[in-house]
Amino acid sequence: MTRIAAGILAAVLALAAYAQAPKFKIERGEACVAPTGEMRRDHMEFLLHQRDRTLREGVRTTRFSLKSCVDCHASRETGSVLGKEGFCSSCHAYAAVKLDCFECHTPMRQAKATP
Amino acid sequence: MNPERRQLLGWGAAAAAGVALAPGLRLVELALARSPEEAASALKRWGLLIDIAKCADCDACVTACHDENGVTAHGRPATDPQWIRKVSLRDRHTGFAQTLPLMCQHCEHPPCVDVCPTGASFKRADGIVLVDKHTCIGCRYCVMACPFGARSFVHEPVSGQKPDVPRGKGTVESCTLCVHRVDRGETPACVEACNRDGGKAMSFGDLNDAASEIHRRLKHEASREIRADLALNTGVRYQGL
Amino acid sequence: MASVQYREIEGGSAGFYALLGVLALVIAAGLGAAWTMEHHGHVITGMTNRIVWGTPHVFAVFLIVAASGALNVASVASVFGRELYKPLARLSGLLAVTLLAGGLAVLVLDLGRPERLVVAMTHYNFKSIFAWNIFLYTGFFAIVALYLWTMFERRMNGYTARAGVLAFLWRLVLTTGTGSIFGFLVAREPYDSALLAPLFIVMSFSFGTAAFVLVLMAACRWSARPLGDALLARLGNLLGIFVAAVLYFVAVHHLTNLYLARRLDVERFFLWDGGVYTALFWLGQVLVGSVVPLVLVFAVRTRAALAAAAACVIAGGLAQIYVIIIGGQAYPQTVFPGKEVSSSAFDGVVASYAPSLPEVALGMGGVGLALALTVIGLKVLPFLPTRA
Repeated sequence: MTRIAAGILAAVLALAAYAQAPKFKIERGEACVAPTGEMRRDHMEFLLHQRDRTLREGVRTTRFSLKSCVDCHASRETGSVLGKEGFCSSCHAYAAVKLDCFECHTPMRQAKATP
Repeated sequence: MNPERRQLLGWGAAAAAGVALAPGLRLVELALARSPEEAASALKRWGLLIDIAKCADCDACVTACHDENGVTAHGRPATDPQWIRKVSLRDRHTGFAQTLPLMCQHCEHPPCVDVCPTGASFKRADGIVLVDKHTCIGCRYCVMACPFGARSFVHEPVSGQKPDVPRGKGTVESCTLCVHRVDRGETPACVEACNRDGGKAMSFGDLNDAASEIHRRLKHEASREIRADLALNTGVRYQGL
Repeated sequence: MASVQYREIEGGSAGFYALLGVLALVIAAGLGAAWTMEHHGHVITGMTNRIVWGTPHVFAVFLIVAASGALNVASVASVFGRELYKPLARLSGLLAVTLLAGGLAVLVLDLGRPERLVVAMTHYNFKSIFAWNIFLYTGFFAIVALYLWTMFERRMNGYTARAGVLAFLWRLVLTTGTGSIFGFLVAREPYDSALLAPLFIVMSFSFGTAAFVLVLMAACRWSARPLGDALLARLGNLLGIFVAAVLYFVAVHHLTNLYLARRLDVERFFLWDGGVYTALFWLGQVLVGSVVPLVLVFAVRTRAALAAAAACVIAGGLAQIYVIIIGGQAYPQTVFPGKEVSSSAFDGVVASYAPSLPEVALGMGGVGLALALTVIGLKVLPFLPTRA
């Protein structure tokens, strides 16, 4: 009986994971500005640190600037990091972490980005 | 050095200069622009000088500002943000009439910075007064506190923001002196538009730089602050008021 | 001397549940209003870039000012040693906390980014009187809770006087801070005055006592507990004195302004041709809020008169705060002295404003919350004496 229950549970979990796995495309570049694992874990730290430096001190380095992230990661079709398969929104929807950045920041790539 | 080599070096230098200047980059802007790693410096103080006598009946400055910063009107003037506005004055007793552009005055002692509970309203080292939208809770106390009515509250959802000018519902905003342009060595959009399409009434520069045009004009010509009695030492000065 | 007995209210009757039901509906309406305001933006309210603080702030400031004053009765008992008021000290403390909670709820829910409350509680600009107020308000909760504990816990009764002094001083600083939110603003002529801080202090005494009287009378009547005439007469006198004090400060403020040439326009606006603000000042604040209660309390002197006086003080108080907050913003800022001004941002004109439904619902929601918490408090803990 328990084996059946365990089996059903495993199947349900696998299905859930498969169904909701974040789908997104990395549109550009060979590598991000930092290793993938680091970015996955710490991108918020980098962004929070950078935003204060840019806004309060006027330091406009591009490595961790949100604009640079968007320029690189925006979808080729929609030009945005949000939307159904948007780079930011797909992981955030999966992890159920609300995105606040794009209340104010544009999620669209700047017009003159090179493909 | 033989004459041919000297001539070659001369032509080479001229060509190099031409290549450097060809994209339209002026040397003065290179001097003004900070490199991205450099922080804003307290040695500078950005300011505006506006000669009201030259202020024509146009609103090129308003259109340019709102264009540059993505401030779209919704047809609801009571709640639509206004970063800069043309004000019409008429002396109560003499009837003398004038118009002038009014924006955030970038005070040295900004009341809006004093009252902000979270410190979101702040003055950058080089004198530009800004709102940190990350920390702004939308309490609107700064809107109450500004003697010039320069601040606006964002009453509705915003979309289509310019990449260099994030703005969103529920926070307060005002003229940023086009900080994103200033940091690149350009002038604010209002100044550029006034000089291009308007009465050439506005000039921008470093108030602390003795060599700058604005410093020299302020030193040798009459000018005043709006509400000088409040002793705020504004970065925006007016002539002809 | 007979020792005072305290007991929770029965709280099982149909009337009790009906009251809580009504209050729950009021709170729900307030929450609904807050949700729509947060979702759609403040454009759905009557607030504009000229009038950024509207009806919710009128209610919030009233509740916060009344909260501070509601502790008066306890202060008079503990700090000034008037034994007659001691049985009422617990209720006084409860009301202070619940009114403040209601006021703060409205303030927080009206923020443009209410989800950033955590930011507000972790980032402080200590030059801002608003930031100080956040500390003062949260500290007030803690101090009154401590004060109440010294009253409830028999072994701590010896410390009640000291806790009472601390609470009393804290209140004075808190209300000075609330008044200074407006008093520190050079930008607006109706504010910009050191007089606003003491005005708010006496307003708190007046509104707080009025609220306390009404809640006390209602609580005793609905739980069938005797309430003595002598006590009510003394409370009535207190109320009357505080109302007179408010009238005094208002008079001094306006008389001084009338003396100054540069303030004549502002005075003309509030006292003569400000439309709704002038009406609210003379009819609401002065007549209903001050003169009528003084007559009721010092000339008529009945229990019904006291209740009516307290209600009038509250109505007049709301009118007064409406005139201060909204009238103060409606009056145009003097950016260019001596000039007539006009612009696309409504410079130079009296701003128009009308309370909108979401704003009123939010404000009333705060009142509902304060009253609901009071009712629940009375049911859960022995705040109310068996006879007073």
